[in-house]
Amino acid sequence: MIDKTVASCREAVASVCDGATIMMAGFGGTGVPGQLAEALREQGAANLTVIHNGGGDDDNGLGGLMLDGRVRKLIASFPNSPRAWAFRDRYLKGEIELELVPQGSLVERIRAGGVGLGGIYTPTGVGTPLAAGKEIREIDGRQYLFEKPLRADFAFIRAHQGDRLGNLRYRFVMRNFNMIMATAAKTVIAEVDQIVPVGTLSPEEIHTPGIYVDRLVQVERLSGKAKRPPEGSA
Amino acid sequence: MMKLTREGIAYRVACELTEGCYVNLGVGIPCLVPAFLPAGREIFIHNENGTLGVGPPAAPGAEDPDLVSANREFITLVPGASVFDHAASFGMIIGGHLTHVVLGAMEVAANGDLANWHVPGQKVPGVGGAMDLAFGVPNVWIAMTHVNNKGEPKILNACTCPLTAPRCVKRIFSDIAVIDVTPGGLALREVVPGLDPAAVQAQTGAPLSVAQDCREMDVPESFNGVRLIA
Repeated sequence: MIDKTVASCREAVASVCDGATIMMAGFGGTGVPGQLAEALREQGAANLTVIHNGGGDDDNGLGGLMLDGRVRKLIASFPNSPRAWAFRDRYLKGEIELELVPQGSLVERIRAGGVGLGGIYTPTGVGTPLAAGKEIREIDGRQYLFEKPLRADFAFIRAHQGDRLGNLRYRFVMRNFNMIMATAAKTVIAEVDQIVPVGTLSPEEIHTPGIYVDRLVQVERLSGKAKRPPEGSA
Repeated sequence: MMKLTREGIAYRVACELTEGCYVNLGVGIPCLVPAFLPAGREIFIHNENGTLGVGPPAAPGAEDPDLVSANREFITLVPGASVFDHAASFGMIIGGHLTHVVLGAMEVAANGDLANWHVPGQKVPGVGGAMDLAFGVPNVWIAMTHVNNKGEPKILNACTCPLTAPRCVKRIFSDIAVIDVTPGGLALREVVPGLDPAAVQAQTGAPLSVAQDCREMDVPESFNGVRLIA
């Protein structure tokens, strides 16, 4: 019997080694695998390359990994939110390398990685500083720039429900980067609100098929009640 | 001098969004637009994080942590709304499926060049979805004050800040004017009441041609108790 469930976040992240590249899903505080990131803090792997839309929030999860000096390089589109102060401090000291990617290009690079493509040509960025050093190609009269695919050793994912086969379902905007990052890493680890018996999720409501997922762990929601985040902190 | 408030600019933009528009709204003044859309006009608001059909903010006590805007505010969805992942969301943007995006700007050039993502000297860069929106959406509209907080023109012959996208802006809604970016340059379409085209030109760093149908802007003093004219 296939059973991808593990008992704890600690067990789920135990195999992450120094120097690993990790995709961390989530956007603006939603769908963020914060408890896997916290378990990684305890686990100790360092010299990490992290692919995430932002720079982490405050002093927990990815923000905590930044604070602890465990991240060598960040590939992100919006690392300058006020709450990414831990990243900011390390970056300004020259301790973290930043690869800045427009958000749509970040998405498509990951998607390309997940579906086995050698990269993408996107119009986004042509004629701006973010095109520096990149191949420009004219296709049907429009200029595009080449962006390489992104793949990772691990992807940390957060979903609402999952089953032992690794099938995942998300609520509302939890899907964000989770669905594509789940396709683009060698080992995909999901934290879910609830593990349900196989067959509970109908085929039509499975957003991430289990083929992509290696391990999943049930976690308690950190706060049962909705908490209003500070405004303007995307 | 008479000019529009931030809400006044948002009101003027809202008047121009017609039924059937699919629109993304940037931070700042663009975020104020939904309050001024007439009830019953079917317009779908898109958010980068995977929603089409964003409704009013969630009422206190009814917030859902999995239903937030790209700015992390708790939202509701209108009937007929849909949710999707980031690849679909940015596919809508870069694929040209949205009809409009309303953005703020630091600088706009006479040829439609837009600079709104990076101030020279800014220590930590960040671009988010700004470039994808500026490159991908057919109608890039700018909602901004006409001059910066030093009183200097934001509409220029050429941008001095790094570009978000070249030649993308179609229309500028400022606190004193509505200006179209045309192949022949900037065309002044509307002027706030009490000001004349020469006064708008004096605050603009690029030549304006006065459109044949240039008129006084039709904005009431207030709307639902919100002041639109300062």
